[in-house]
Amino acid sequence: MVNHSPRRSTRRSFLAGTGAVAAGLTFLPKDGWSAEEKKLNFYNWDTYIGETTLADFKGVTGVDVSMDLFADNDELFAKLKEGNPGYDVIVPTNDYAERMITAKMLMALDHTKIPNIANIAKPFLNPKFDPGRKYSLPYMWGTVGIGYRKSRVDGVPNSWKALYDSNKYSGRIALLGAPSKVLQVGCKYLGWPLNEADPAKLEKVAEMLIKQKPHIKVFAEDNGQDLLLSGEVDLTMEWNGDILQVMAEDKDISYVVPDEGGLLWEDTLAIPNGAPHPENAHAFINYLLDAKAGAAIADFIQYATPNAAAKALMKTEYTGNPAIFPSDAVIARCETAIYQGTEYTQLIDRLWTKIGAA
Amino acid sequence: MESWRRNPLVFWIIGLPPTAWLLGFFLIPLALVWVLSFAELRGVVDMEVTGTLSNYARAIDPLYLQIFVKSFVFAGLTTVVSLVFGFPVALAIVFAPRRWRALLLLLVILPFWTNLLIRTYALIAVLRTRGFVNFTLEWFWDQANAVLSLIGLGSLQLLGGRFEPLELLYNNTAVVVGLVYVHLPFMVLPLYASLEKLDRSLIEAALDLGASQLHAFRTVVVPLALPGIISGSILVFIPALGSFLTPDLLGGTDSQMIANVIERQFKSANDWPFGSALSFLLMYLTFGALALRALYSRRTAGQGRG
Repeated sequence: MVNHSPRRSTRRSFLAGTGAVAAGLTFLPKDGWSAEEKKLNFYNWDTYIGETTLADFKGVTGVDVSMDLFADNDELFAKLKEGNPGYDVIVPTNDYAERMITAKMLMALDHTKIPNIANIAKPFLNPKFDPGRKYSLPYMWGTVGIGYRKSRVDGVPNSWKALYDSNKYSGRIALLGAPSKVLQVGCKYLGWPLNEADPAKLEKVAEMLIKQKPHIKVFAEDNGQDLLLSGEVDLTMEWNGDILQVMAEDKDISYVVPDEGGLLWEDTLAIPNGAPHPENAHAFINYLLDAKAGAAIADFIQYATPNAAAKALMKTEYTGNPAIFPSDAVIARCETAIYQGTEYTQLIDRLWTKIGAA
Repeated sequence: MESWRRNPLVFWIIGLPPTAWLLGFFLIPLALVWVLSFAELRGVVDMEVTGTLSNYARAIDPLYLQIFVKSFVFAGLTTVVSLVFGFPVALAIVFAPRRWRALLLLLVILPFWTNLLIRTYALIAVLRTRGFVNFTLEWFWDQANAVLSLIGLGSLQLLGGRFEPLELLYNNTAVVVGLVYVHLPFMVLPLYASLEKLDRSLIEAALDLGASQLHAFRTVVVPLALPGIISGSILVFIPALGSFLTPDLLGGTDSQMIANVIERQFKSANDWPFGSALSFLLMYLTFGALALRALYSRRTAGQGRG
């Protein structure tokens, strides 16, 4: 199943990030949980942790955290597919977490060692992709919606119709280049569940997109926000984090999750099987879910936190920003993608190929 | 030069590293991909080689064949356009004063000093709606309008009320432009190599005997440059056929090439066996096209002799 990262980095950070991924891991034998060495290997997205979080954690526990960066879920998955090269804590997005659970790549979490679970908001405690949170805990979440240029669009584009089923903005639209995301949101627009797996219905979505194709300028691979910023398109389907970046540069850009609802994503904290320091990993996850530490992270990276205690500490510029926290009514209509097996993935890819070839 | 039979040690010392390299980094990985193309998916990460032909059966579906055809058209167009632009360039370099030649050749190779991704992004900056081409056109539009209002025609709005930028990016033309831009040096260099060896007295003889410039070019220069034309065309056609970055970044909703489909199988679709089958099908088709071409040229050569 496809999942381009919520914050598919811009090309600038991507180029820097690829170079920054270094090895430097230790493979010391683990000699019992109590006598774990004071080290931890954290595999994370770029710019996705508080400025001082790692140093603060060392101050509290004495554990040295070394952080490696990955650019997208495919990279994370590929690295762990053939066995864990030495990571203790990883940050997969929900459907990749589910894929890893299915493939038995994650270690069951010991909830008694993570008391800060109590800080997490209720709706995040029992997701479909990990019932009972046995293998993963929520880190940050967000949505896929419409980024748009206010001066070139009539009012607020609060329906997916503007992108999926209308010639009103012909030639000024970009959709994501992510097959499953585009088809799933198309299901939402037609009033079906996001994870609709009926081939006939998905076929209908594909037909609608084929009809809409002449009006779509591009399926943006990694750069919908850049296209919006440079005036190439006026509406783009994008991850909220990417649009937030360009909203800071251009006041004419805004973001909305349409009334039909959209895709909700969640990045999770998990411990891969074979982690050399599982005890430290539990302590680290517990620390990240702490109210103060969580607030410091959210304040720095500006993503929505699932940590209710941390959110309570934040200023209203953050908690009141609709691009970070859509209204409860909209969230109620959003859904997370679940992993639906090989046949579904193949069907999605075939339909996507068909849309491109039509 | 001594035969390798008489000096087997030298032969082995020189021949072993490239052979090992070829084996380890080309043939073995390729064989693995070939084996994978007969595998079936078992769950999320596991694959089992069962000797199934189902991946190939899926790959010869009309949907994918249509994309193969489209990729061949894109690559063919790229080759033709590269030849049309590359031939005069190669000819000009050959006929340039000797001291300039090295510099001109260097200019042809210069783009290779920059990474493909960066060159493609540079092309985006040139072609996009608010890119350099449109900025230039808009400047001319403004100047023309200024002249018009100077002679009292400004109110007529002869050039339209607002500058309409050209849509140069995100369509199939942009893909071909990008592919030509990337592959042109592969055409120019072999052409230069074969044109440089061309005996100029042959052209003079043709002209002396009354051939027009064009006629001399067609009947003397082109046939003698044929080896260069053929190797240049192959060098452009094959990599162009396998491009995925260029259609990804410059193409619109209609520009999917077969390599994009293959790339997706190894990433988002997580279907390595099908991706392997598609890769090998592409390779077989390429071999087939080359074999046909060789057969054809042998036959025409035979006719020429008879």
